[in-house]
Amino acid sequence: MKLPSFEYACPTTITEAVALLASHEGDAKPLAGGQSLVPMLAFRVASPALLVDLRKLSELRQIKIADDGITLGAMVRWRDILDDARLRTAHPLLVAAVEHVAHYQIRNRGTVGGSIAHADPAAEMPGIVVTCEANIAVVGKSGARLIEAANFFQGPLMTALKPEEIITEIRLPAWSAKRRFGFQEFARRRGDFAMAAAALFYDEDGDKARNAHVGVIGVGDRPLRLAAVEQVLNGNKIDEAVIAKAEAAASAAVDPPDDIHASGAYRKALVGVMVERALKNAAA
Amino acid sequence: MPIKFEVNGKPVEVEVEPRLTLADCLRHHLRLTGTHVGCEHGVCGSCTVLVDGVAVRSCLMLAVQAEGAKVVTVEGLSLEDGLTPLQASFRKHHALQCGFCTPGMITTAHALLSEEPDCDADRVREVLSGNICRCTGYISIVEAVLDARAAYQRDGKGA
Repeated sequence: MKLPSFEYACPTTITEAVALLASHEGDAKPLAGGQSLVPMLAFRVASPALLVDLRKLSELRQIKIADDGITLGAMVRWRDILDDARLRTAHPLLVAAVEHVAHYQIRNRGTVGGSIAHADPAAEMPGIVVTCEANIAVVGKSGARLIEAANFFQGPLMTALKPEEIITEIRLPAWSAKRRFGFQEFARRRGDFAMAAAALFYDEDGDKARNAHVGVIGVGDRPLRLAAVEQVLNGNKIDEAVIAKAEAAASAAVDPPDDIHASGAYRKALVGVMVERALKNAAA
Repeated sequence: MPIKFEVNGKPVEVEVEPRLTLADCLRHHLRLTGTHVGCEHGVCGSCTVLVDGVAVRSCLMLAVQAEGAKVVTVEGLSLEDGLTPLQASFRKHHALQCGFCTPGMITTAHALLSEEPDCDADRVREVLSGNICRCTGYISIVEAVLDARAAYQRDGKGA
């Protein structure tokens, strides 16, 4: 349906944007790419009094690649990530995940910061920041702070952000050149939200895995790291037997509810298969 | 709020409420009814237009966000006389039946072919997966887009 009424502001500085958000005491929302927020307005799930458009904050559009990590400005679009050839080596897991984000037209406007702030439990970017232990840089009335991804997501569409806070950057730790990784997602139609997906990586110590990070989406109220699966991998050679154990551990670690798209039992089985396939990609 | 932007090469100035989507602005204020509104929440792709050269869903963009932008609608991708190579290819391959999704298919395919004139069938399918057609079964649409590649390979514009 048509969107509810709201006021609109398009500030040119972050300070101004924060002040505008603060002025409405929780009844204002930042507008990034609008690819989740506008549908929520259309469904009248959200009806803020004020939208603060971040499109003129060009400092939020930068992708920085340095020795100590990768910084994505909050207004970096999916398309910018896929178009940046450097990221294919600087963070191949990020690129692999973003290839699954939504459809062509959405990728031309949707942003990383918007996806993180929206916090859909089946969205790829929240899964990546949790798996990779990213830090989310935000700025609000009382200044800037960093939030660890593990503490950022608090439930479906719920985050640690205060109403007047804006995400400025997503800081991913540096990727090591020889790291092995896999990303596997299952959706009925490519570009739709994941029914389940797994993002994982590990480093190698001789022929054994170490530093395993395993994250899954679509099977909980927020993106999850699966410590039980990481334990199965660390210190072991990633062979068929270990992959089978990891698959079982992944299914055992989650307890998704039934919903209109799939039963909980189906998703539980599916997430194991996603971990299995991602590990096979990683080990290949 | 008053906004100024460019539509199909011509400057326009309209007075809109902030809640008005770009799709409704094009249709109701500018009477460019070639842009179709299907689902109105960013799923069907029939409202696809080009904003500053890239394909976007005009139902997921506010008209006020188009301030200063260059917008191209399906009307801007047609000729006064005759058919563009992309349109001719749709006709040749029977790539439409009811035609509701066609404006979105044309704008999306034009954006794709302009950027990637050598794309393969998998890429065409992947890109068009964001546009719903309930008549054709998509095969004829994919064939039409693939067949139109030659025109974009020649001059980069397909027109």
